[in-house]
Amino acid sequence: MANNVRGLPRPPRYLSGIAVQIALIVLVAGLVAGAAFDAAQNLTRAHVASGFGFWNNTAGFDISQTLISYSASASTFGRAFWVGLLNTLLVSAIAVVLATVLGFIMGIARLSRNWLVARLAAGYVELIRNVPLLLQLLFWYNAVLKSLPELRDSIAIRGGAILNNRGLFLPQPEFASGFAAVLVALLLAIAAAVALRLWARRRQAETGAEVHVLWPAVALLCGLPVVAFVAEGFPLAFRMPEIGRFNVQGGIEILPEFAALVLALAVYTAAFIAEVVRAGLLAVPLGQTEAAQALGLRAGSTLRLVVIPQAMRVIVPPLTSQYLNLIKNSSLAVAIGYPDLVQVFAGTVLNITGQAVEVIAITMAVYLAISLFTSLLMNLYARAVAIVER
Amino acid sequence: MKRLVVALACAMVLALGVRAACSQTLSAIKDRGELVCGANGTLAGFGLPDPQGKWTGFDVDFCRALAAAIFNDPTKVKFVPLTAKDRFTALQSAEIDVLSRNTTWTLSRDTSLGLDFAAVTFYDGQGFMVRRSLKISSALELNGAAVCVQQGTTSELNLTDYFRTNHMTLKTVTFATGDEALKAFETSRCDTYTTDSSGLYGERLQLANATDYIVLPEIISKEPLAPVVRHGDNQWIDIVRWTHFAMINAEELGVNKANVDEKLKSDDPEVRRMLGVEGQYGEALGLTNDWVYRIVKHVGNYGEVFEHNVGQGSPLKIVRGLNALWTKGGLQYGPPFR
Repeated sequence: MANNVRGLPRPPRYLSGIAVQIALIVLVAGLVAGAAFDAAQNLTRAHVASGFGFWNNTAGFDISQTLISYSASASTFGRAFWVGLLNTLLVSAIAVVLATVLGFIMGIARLSRNWLVARLAAGYVELIRNVPLLLQLLFWYNAVLKSLPELRDSIAIRGGAILNNRGLFLPQPEFASGFAAVLVALLLAIAAAVALRLWARRRQAETGAEVHVLWPAVALLCGLPVVAFVAEGFPLAFRMPEIGRFNVQGGIEILPEFAALVLALAVYTAAFIAEVVRAGLLAVPLGQTEAAQALGLRAGSTLRLVVIPQAMRVIVPPLTSQYLNLIKNSSLAVAIGYPDLVQVFAGTVLNITGQAVEVIAITMAVYLAISLFTSLLMNLYARAVAIVER
Repeated sequence: MKRLVVALACAMVLALGVRAACSQTLSAIKDRGELVCGANGTLAGFGLPDPQGKWTGFDVDFCRALAAAIFNDPTKVKFVPLTAKDRFTALQSAEIDVLSRNTTWTLSRDTSLGLDFAAVTFYDGQGFMVRRSLKISSALELNGAAVCVQQGTTSELNLTDYFRTNHMTLKTVTFATGDEALKAFETSRCDTYTTDSSGLYGERLQLANATDYIVLPEIISKEPLAPVVRHGDNQWIDIVRWTHFAMINAEELGVNKANVDEKLKSDDPEVRRMLGVEGQYGEALGLTNDWVYRIVKHVGNYGEVFEHNVGQGSPLKIVRGLNALWTKGGLQYGPPFR
C-alpha cells in the first residue's frame, strides 16, 4: 500500500470516491435533522413553550455584579444575558492576563539554575495541575471569604477603600467635563512614547548606538496627563464608600466571588502555561544561547532578545488551547455564585422560562463564538511570528 | 466495512425512529414496579435522607402515599434528589413521574413549562431570617441589606418585588443550592436569608447556633406548594390530586393510622365510601377500591403526616395555621367521596 507524505497508510480507493462522501454528508445531515425534528415534536406535544419570545420578557431578578445598567423590574431577559456575558468576558480577560504573566514566570523559573527556585516552581506546577479546578475554586472562595473580616470589623485602607467579606470597595471616580483633555493627553503621550522607541530602534540599527528610552517614555506617560490634569483644574472627584447599617454604600465593588474566580483560574491555568513555556524554551537550540553569550549579551537580554522570540513559535498553539480552557472553565462560577453567563442565563433564566433547548443552544453558540474569536487572534499572531521559508 | 454500515444504520434508527411511546404514566409505573419521585434531598422536614439513608419528610411521605395506593407498599419509591434548577427539566423529560419538592404553583409554571400542579399540599409564604444581634424586628427595616437566596426560585423574584414596592434597595447574592446560600449567610456574607417560611425553620436547625437567629414576622408572598406532573395524562393527575384529598378527608372523618382497621366496620356512609367498603371509586381512578385504606394504613392521614414531619412532633414545630382543615379555620378542603 502506498504511503502518503506523513507516513500513514492510504485509505482504500472506494472510500475516497465522491459518491461515498456525498452519501456520508446526507447521512449526517439526516441524523441531525431527524434529532432536531424529534425534539421539536416532543416539545410541542408536551406543551412546553418554545421560540425566542422570552428574550423580551421582564427579568424580575437581581444580579449582584452588572457592568451595564440593569434593574430587576425594568430589564429583560435579553439584558440579563448581556450582563452575564460581560461578566464572563471580564473574568476571562483579567484571568488570561494574570495567568500568562504567572505562567511565563513559573516556566522560566523552572529552568533556572538556582536549585531552590527550580524545585519550587516544579512543586507549584505539579501540585496545581493535579488538583481539580472546582476544588481549587472552592478553596480560594472559602479562603478568601473566611480570611476577610465581617462588616462590623471592616479594614479601612488608606485612600478611602474598605475591605470586608462582602468585597473590596474602592472610591468611585466622578469625572468632570474637563477630564476628556486628560485622556487626550494620555493618548498623545502613548503615541509619543511609541514614536520615541521606534526612533531609538532605528537609530540603533543605523549607528549601533544604544539609546535608553525607558525613563523618557515613563516621564512622558506620567507627565503629560498630569500637566493636562492640573491645567484643567483637577476635574476628578471621588465618592467614598461608607459603611451603612447593613452594607457598604457607594464606591466600586469588587466581589469576593470575582476575586476567588480570577485567582483560581489564573493560578490553575498558569501551571499549564508554565509547562507550555518550558517546552517552548527547551525547543530553542542550545546553540542560540551559546551564540548570544559569545556576543556578550547578559542572561536577561539573551532571554528577551534571542530565546523567547524563537520560543514563541512553539508556545503559541498550545497557549491558545490554554486560553480557551480558561474561558470555558470560567463557567465554574456557578459553584460560587458569581453571576457569569452560565449562572445568570443558563441557570436563572432557564429555570424561570423553562425553555432549556433554546437557552442552552444560545449559551453554547456564545461560548463557541468567544473561543473561535480568541483562537483567530492567536492564529494571526502565530502567523506573524512564523518562520518564513524562502 | 460491514460493521461500519451496521453501526451507522443502528445510530440512524436510534436518532430518528424511537419516539417515546405515549404510554400512560400509571401503567408505566406498574410495569416498572416502583414510583420515581423527584424530591429535595437537603430540606429538613420536607425531603431529606436520614443518616441511615432512608428518606423522610412531608413531600417524601406524599410520594409514599402514592406508592401505597398503587402497590400497597410505601417502600416501592425511588427518590431522585433535584436542585431548584433542574427539577422541571427532570419532570419534562420523564426522568421522574411526579415532582414532590416544595414547588410553588404559579401561572407561568403552569402554562409555559408543559406541567400541571395537582393540589396544594402546603400553604406557605416567603419570609426572612436574620441574626438576632442585628436587633431587627421587621422586614421593613432591611433597606440596603444583602440577601442570600437560592437561584431559580420564586423567592428570588418575590424579593425584588417586595423591596421595590417598599422603596428599599437590596443586594442579592444567589447560589445554586439552598445549602450554599445558608452557608454564606452563616459566614455573614449577607445579612439575611430568604426562602419559604417553612424552609426557614428547617434550615435554622442546620445552623451552628439556632438560637442566634430569628425569623422575621412578615410573610411577603403566597407560596402554595403542590406536587407537579406532566401535561396530558389526566388519569395520573387525578390519582395524585385525589391522594391528597383522600388524606384530608381521612383526617376530617377522624380516620388515622391506628384506627383505620376498625373504621372498616364503621356505619358512617362517608367513611365506608372513602375506605372502599362501598362504591367503585378506586377502580374509577385506575387503582383498587381499598386505595385510601392502603394510604392511611401505611402512611397516615394529612394531620399525622404534617405533625410528624413539620409540626409539633418534629424539631421544626410549625403550627397548622393555613394548613389546618377548613373546619378548623384553615384552607385544607377535600371534595367529597361520592
